[in-house]
Amino acid sequence: MVSKQIENFLRTLGKPLVLFVISLGKLAFFIVKSTYHALTAPFYIKNFIKQVLEIGFYSVPVVGLTTIFAGMVIALQTYSGFSKYGAESAVANVVLISVTRELAPVLSALMVAGRIGAAMAAEIGTMKVTEQLDALVTLSTNPFKYLFAPRLWAGLFVLPILVLFGDIIGVFGGYVVGVYKLGFNPANYINSTIEHLEAIGIISGLTKAAVFGFIIALMGCYNGYQSKGGAQGVGQATTNAVVSASILILIFNYIITEIFFAK
Amino acid sequence: MSDVKISIRNLEKSFGRKKVLDGVDLDIEKGQSLVVIGGSGTGKSVLIKCIQGLLTPDFGSIKIDGKETINTSEINQKNLHAKMGMLFQGGALFDSLSVWENVAFSLLENKKTPRNLAKVEAVRVLRQVGLAPDVADLYPSELSGGMQKRVGLARAIITNPEIIFFDEPTTGLDPIMADVINDLIIESAKGLGATTLTITHDMASVKKIADKVAMLYQGKIIWQGTVKEMEKTENPYVVQFINGCAQGPIKVEV
Repeated sequence: MVSKQIENFLRTLGKPLVLFVISLGKLAFFIVKSTYHALTAPFYIKNFIKQVLEIGFYSVPVVGLTTIFAGMVIALQTYSGFSKYGAESAVANVVLISVTRELAPVLSALMVAGRIGAAMAAEIGTMKVTEQLDALVTLSTNPFKYLFAPRLWAGLFVLPILVLFGDIIGVFGGYVVGVYKLGFNPANYINSTIEHLEAIGIISGLTKAAVFGFIIALMGCYNGYQSKGGAQGVGQATTNAVVSASILILIFNYIITEIFFAK
Repeated sequence: MSDVKISIRNLEKSFGRKKVLDGVDLDIEKGQSLVVIGGSGTGKSVLIKCIQGLLTPDFGSIKIDGKETINTSEINQKNLHAKMGMLFQGGALFDSLSVWENVAFSLLENKKTPRNLAKVEAVRVLRQVGLAPDVADLYPSELSGGMQKRVGLARAIITNPEIIFFDEPTTGLDPIMADVINDLIIESAKGLGATTLTITHDMASVKKIADKVAMLYQGKIIWQGTVKEMEKTENPYVVQFINGCAQGPIKVEV
């Protein structure tokens, strides 16, 4: 009797573990396959440009809004916190560092994950359940090359550009609050910002952006490709794409920071 | 006897513990129209997908023009697809592309035909399946079910394939439109001299387009013959199926 209970216990423990390992294997296989196809001809340049517009251009307002408010709130918080120690002059520096290193890449990526990751998973998932992916294959076109590779390249390429834009807008947000709300001298604020501008801060932020862009496109494509059934399956895929991309973004944010800044 | 285009031997495919195909043997002769009948969920679609390489069978052999297609290289697979056309059950038109871009997809993406020439060709094939040239610039979502089927057919035949697959071509259409599609299937297949494999459970369609009928039941081909033989057969499974009776040897899993 006891052995039976232990067996059942192990079974409940084992099943999710086995499923987890299976899905990890599927994901690894998908990454290898899509990377291989992203690097080998034929390349669908038109699809790539379309995705650049979709991921990049149409995300500009979202990223702009997110980063401007992030920069503004950091200026406000830093001032209220640091003025206790008479260190108000650090506001420009803190805004610069937090926006370029963390806020612009992470917040932009999370917003884009919600916007693009979901849309990608929904589009590819719908194509899967309506047999459009099969139709591509029967028309001698590899979906990995035609659909996934342009999206992965676009994610990798566009997110750094978006984040660079976000950096500028975010720092500008800090400037607006610093000068018009907290009464800093505009020239001093700008000087202080330029003085503290460091290549490593920008580069680490942009590296993060490229990785995050790849993660967003990868999760969108992978979850869409795995979706089964009808509308419900596609809905599930959409949710999974956003959740998994967001979690991976936060994990890789830490890992990349560690690589760049841990002494 | 004319030569065999597609030869399937002992084909097996399982999903989890469910054995969908359990040793299918089937020959399709060149230029022949074979119709596979069988109830829903008997593996008709799986059979077609295995032949096209969309699914990899667990066991068995599929030869096209005498060449084994299972586990063949990616390039061979691509060449095979260039010989095949498929009309999907739901049309499977790409909804991000216009009708003519759908029809001319192979020309644009694989043969790198200039867009203006590809469009001319697409409009010609659209006319062949009975669609007016102004449909070419619409999007699939703007079309009725019957029109989507026609566009799907046009996309399947534009490359003059040697083999065409039809996955339930008349499902979801009214009887008149179904008959129109049947006529189009016959016309386009005869026009190209193509070998066709159709799966359906629409008996009117079977009687109209089939040279030969095969019945799939529990993962095996349990009967095959011409339409005339089908009407005279005493095989209880076939009789039950073509007459659509709930009572008989075929047990419907509820």
